[in-house]
Amino acid sequence: MTENNNNTNKRDSGKGQSSPDNTGQISSKGISRRSVLKAFAGIPVAGIFGYEWFRKINYDNDKKDRIARELGLDKMEFPVQDYGKEAIRDTLRIGIVGFGQRAEQLAAGLGFMHPDEVKRRESNNTLINWLEQEDLHVAITGICDVFDLHAERGLAIANNSIRHRASKLPAKRYRTYQDMLADNNIDAVIISTPDHHHSFMAVEAVKAGKHVYLEKSIAHTEEELNELYRVVKDSHITFQLGHQITQSTVFKQAKEIIDKNVLGKITLIETTSNRNTAEGAWIRHLDSNGNPKPGDEKSIDWERWLGSAPYVPFTIDRFYNWTKWFAYDTGLIGQLFTHEFDAVNQLLRIGIPHSASSSGGIYYWKDNREIPDSLHCVFEYPHKDLTLLYSGNLASGRNRGRVFMGHDASMELGSNIKITVDRDSTQYEKGIASGLIDTESPMITFNPGAGQIDAVTSASGKYYADRGLTNTVINGKQIDVTHLHLREWLDCIRENKIPSANIEVAYEEGIACLMAHRSYLEKRQVFWDEVNRKIV
Amino acid sequence: MKYSKTQLTFLLVLRFIIGWHILYEGISKVMNPQWTSANFLQESQGVLSGFSGWILANSDLLTIVDFLNAWGLVLIGLGLIFGFLFKPAAIAGSVLVFIYYLSVPPLTGYEYTLPSDGSNLVINRTLIEAVALFGLALFPTNKVFGLDYFIYSRQKGTFQYDRK
Repeated sequence: MTENNNNTNKRDSGKGQSSPDNTGQISSKGISRRSVLKAFAGIPVAGIFGYEWFRKINYDNDKKDRIARELGLDKMEFPVQDYGKEAIRDTLRIGIVGFGQRAEQLAAGLGFMHPDEVKRRESNNTLINWLEQEDLHVAITGICDVFDLHAERGLAIANNSIRHRASKLPAKRYRTYQDMLADNNIDAVIISTPDHHHSFMAVEAVKAGKHVYLEKSIAHTEEELNELYRVVKDSHITFQLGHQITQSTVFKQAKEIIDKNVLGKITLIETTSNRNTAEGAWIRHLDSNGNPKPGDEKSIDWERWLGSAPYVPFTIDRFYNWTKWFAYDTGLIGQLFTHEFDAVNQLLRIGIPHSASSSGGIYYWKDNREIPDSLHCVFEYPHKDLTLLYSGNLASGRNRGRVFMGHDASMELGSNIKITVDRDSTQYEKGIASGLIDTESPMITFNPGAGQIDAVTSASGKYYADRGLTNTVINGKQIDVTHLHLREWLDCIRENKIPSANIEVAYEEGIACLMAHRSYLEKRQVFWDEVNRKIV
Repeated sequence: MKYSKTQLTFLLVLRFIIGWHILYEGISKVMNPQWTSANFLQESQGVLSGFSGWILANSDLLTIVDFLNAWGLVLIGLGLIFGFLFKPAAIAGSVLVFIYYLSVPPLTGYEYTLPSDGSNLVINRTLIEAVALFGLALFPTNKVFGLDYFIYSRQKGTFQYDRK
């Protein structure tokens, strides 16, 4: 910096002041005012920077506010979840019927996990979220499974009380679900068997006076569904159908958005399932090394597993991959569309469709399956001026999302919300004309964590969220939505309230699914006869 | 060799504008709670792609990297504008920006999904900024036009090197 200092020096020495370059050293007294001013050269730059930054913040906020006002989002009140309050409550004793993969997730939602799983989660740092879960004050006191291995694993999970204040009550294995239902030491049951057992078991459980959490799908036939509906309506028990995605915080925000008419008149809702793996196509009988998973007729009570389904010889394929056959399930409809229907029905309460028509086929997974791997259903709601579409495919993972299409805007609802204003919207005509509203990309995204409008997105700032429907954020914590759904059920049992996936919405869903299934099998459009309450 | 006032002015302007740019890059990241380097790291190709993958695979590490990156940019930007701890700031900035360059170098055969800024062949603006910053570090304008003046002016003998 010789040159600079020389430069300084020239002028400084002109004033007869000491200069570092003259002396090679300096005392504090020797600092000239001019040198000090030069040292602060960055300040005007920082000043301009601050001014420009301030302007930008104001501009962005103002634009966001104007857009929010334009879209009517400023008037919204997003519910704050009441979560994490610990109250002392009596322990409810839960029995679980069918202890496969899904039951393990349900048990974790209740606060019980296998020691091996605890270790695995500890090592990949995901245990902490689970430990932060609210204590639901339950004990798993009964396990019923026809497969010894699953039953034993269930007992190990139920008896692992690593969470604080977890159950000290011992868990017992029941050979049959009837034995479990007859036991007065069980207050409530969770049914997570293959689907063909669901409604039978639920009916008997209700009759035995147990509260029921029934995994979807609700029933395999119309008669079974009607029977279950009647039994639950005549009882005092609390019934909850096993869905969880609508417990996510974004669904509560989406409901507010729809209620405030941000989207305008909604005439089309498109729901999809997009999978492209063997696991996703329900081929699950092999372990990660390609060897068959455990289980044989010695350890599995096959006849009990079949239940009322027609007899077929035991195969490991059928035991693990039962979804592939119509005798036990309705495939994409029962396993995946159920969630989609519930999501839409919880938001719009569309109810039972007037008609359903399905088509599809087995186009990729050409194994011994009966269920289609490509399936498309159209549900008409003429009295609501609405069409619900479902399109499921098991041979392409392209994420087609879940989209609510209104005249004024469309909303893509996944693990977050993206709202795109329609270019020909009437409601937002002025805003679009003035350039305030951009119709080319999503205008508004909602972050599940924040409970408020996040950002006006720019093309480069698009927030691509996948459909991770396992967790939601409450008060900054990652919470398992299955846990929330179970929690709602348990709260309703204790407070004698009606849960969200109650028998009415479960019935509507059951009918919609059976209509879609029948349409696929009979290759025709089927209708709902509202007077006689039956599918025709 | 002496520098004219004009030469000196442009040296300072270069310092200020790079400082401004880096400061705002940092501030915009700090102010946006959703910002993450994950999208950028996912794009990584070439010598640093393994390193990027390693960061992506560790969510805790990614959080730390995001934090250090955003606040590092802010501090470097402030250092450049105010001429405070200028030399370390400029060198750190140069290295950091060079890492950005190396993570997604515009070499023939490397294709990226995120749109690039302009047309680039081997050289892009990121590399130019990294090199310019390193160059700036060699011209310590901070000793006069910066808060570092007070540090150097209090340290006897520090200016000796100016006189060699």
